[in-house]
Amino acid sequence: MMRRSTLVWTVIVLALLALPPLAIALKQPFYLDLVRRIMIFAIAAVSLNLILGYGGLVSFGHAAYLGLGGYAVGILAHHGIHDGTVQWLVAIGGSALVALVFGAVSIRTTGIYFIMITLAFAQMLYYLGISLEEYGGDDGMRIKVRSQFPLIDLADPVQFYYLVLVLLLGAVWLTWRIVNSRFGVVLRATKSNEARTRAIGLSPYPYRLAAFVIAGAMCGLSGALLVNHTAYLTPDFMNWTRSGEIMFMVILGGMGTIVGPVLGAFGLLLLEDVLAGLTQHWQIILGPLLVLSVLFFKRGLAGLIERRDE
Amino acid sequence: MNVALVFEQLLNGLQYGVMLFLMAAGLTLVLGIMNLVNLAHGSLYMVGAYLTITAAQWTGSYVAGVVLGLAATLVVGMVVEIIALRPLYERDHLDQVLATFGLILFFNEAVAILWGKAAIFTSLPPWLSGHVELYAGARYPFYRLVVLIVGLVVALGLWYVVARTRLGMLVRAGASNRTMVAALGINIRLLYTIVFGVGAALAGLAGLMAGPIYAVQPGMGELILIQVFVVIVIGGIGSIRGALVGAIIVGIVDTLGRAFLKPLLATAISATAAQSAGPALASMSIYLLMAIVLALRPAGLFPARGG
Repeated sequence: MMRRSTLVWTVIVLALLALPPLAIALKQPFYLDLVRRIMIFAIAAVSLNLILGYGGLVSFGHAAYLGLGGYAVGILAHHGIHDGTVQWLVAIGGSALVALVFGAVSIRTTGIYFIMITLAFAQMLYYLGISLEEYGGDDGMRIKVRSQFPLIDLADPVQFYYLVLVLLLGAVWLTWRIVNSRFGVVLRATKSNEARTRAIGLSPYPYRLAAFVIAGAMCGLSGALLVNHTAYLTPDFMNWTRSGEIMFMVILGGMGTIVGPVLGAFGLLLLEDVLAGLTQHWQIILGPLLVLSVLFFKRGLAGLIERRDE
Repeated sequence: MNVALVFEQLLNGLQYGVMLFLMAAGLTLVLGIMNLVNLAHGSLYMVGAYLTITAAQWTGSYVAGVVLGLAATLVVGMVVEIIALRPLYERDHLDQVLATFGLILFFNEAVAILWGKAAIFTSLPPWLSGHVELYAGARYPFYRLVVLIVGLVVALGLWYVVARTRLGMLVRAGASNRTMVAALGINIRLLYTIVFGVGAALAGLAGLMAGPIYAVQPGMGELILIQVFVVIVIGGIGSIRGALVGAIIVGIVDTLGRAFLKPLLATAISATAAQSAGPALASMSIYLLMAIVLALRPAGLFPARGG
């Protein structure tokens, strides 16, 4: 089992490392852009997987942190602060802080209530974004200068690509470390049996809240990357369909697995790209496909890899 | 501030609340009885609006359009329940959220293909347009008044069915103990389909009444759906009474917030600050309200189940 997952990771990392030279050699810069976007969403999916897959918290408002990260960078850039370190630290810290507040209220509830509250909080930020006329309101706002770093130039597509790749691998590694730590074991225990976790003297609340904050911070970073990728800030980052998409990436890939969200991000966004190439009404195909995959593809893409192991 | 204006906005809030209630009633029953999270409820609202417009053009009569539109939405709801939702009852909430999310994409795109992506604005028949004079000097659009009255009548009828009839008894029994109802020999599947169909028709009614007031366009259902979730969470899942109270609170808070928060703030802080803070606070107000309600009563104002 270990050997299989090591093999999968080796293939993924090698393929992602080899893509930029290939794309340039074949004069297809489009794929560089596409895969960079997919990797940014993969970071968001990895962060959601931490609370959804390992913590059992069905958060339907994860795009909120994508937006917070984006707005942190966008607002600072609007006021002339282009230092990437400052921007990204504010993005991550701000997302963590908001996740702390939202989590403190919503984790008190369970089940359907939790789903709806996380959704409503994200929607609240979405409408807040729309009403911020100074930062583009409904239409959004162009980011004229990308985040500035001493050694890396984000305006260079290849450098930006490799930075995103490193951050994605870092997020995956961090999740792996968290899940296998004592903290992660308790978090998984609260998911599989809350009553027993309580019975051995552990209160789930602080563990869930801490995981919620970590996931929010990680997704905030993803938002900071996304706004640099699109060079455009819009409240649409926080739209609830975004939350649904990120959630679907986790499920499609296989939730509660380390590799799952990455595979899911690639699976969903590549599928969207292929369908969009076929017809402008691609959502009418994607919708039923989502329904079918929920009904019949329970273990996700990671499940396909695991099954061959048995 | 002038009293007539406040009164008019209060009526608007009440009218919006009544529409929220029509949506919330079906959704809260589906959640409470079938334990199903149905994001596609907003799609039925949209389908109701579109089908009514088409039926009204086809028959040339507004009333016939409404009747046909409602019946068609009921059928669409039942078909969706039988084909797509039945396999989901046994699944967890996560699967239900994702599958019904897929349904939304399907419905929005299907509507965009059939009717186009642009918003449709409908005109009212002459007997529904115009204003009425409520009291000296205060005029109110007749149509909005009709919406308000229809909504209240439906609420009353729904209360009667749920509280006083055998069907309502089964619905309430299903909400508190599904397994026991099935064990007593009630065809729970049929009950589910009926409840879902009625919920769909109510959503369609809200949609078709919303048509002439707001724009009819693909995705219109999602805008109201999330506010309906707020209503249900505030009122307590599975409770019709909670849905009514929650809907009216949310409708009035949202409408009054949009109308008066900016001028009210301008008296306390500078006019330019109020200019930007007012709309922001107004659009967040119902979510803040929900957070407060949940902090005090995590199961909503009227929990349907004990505990």
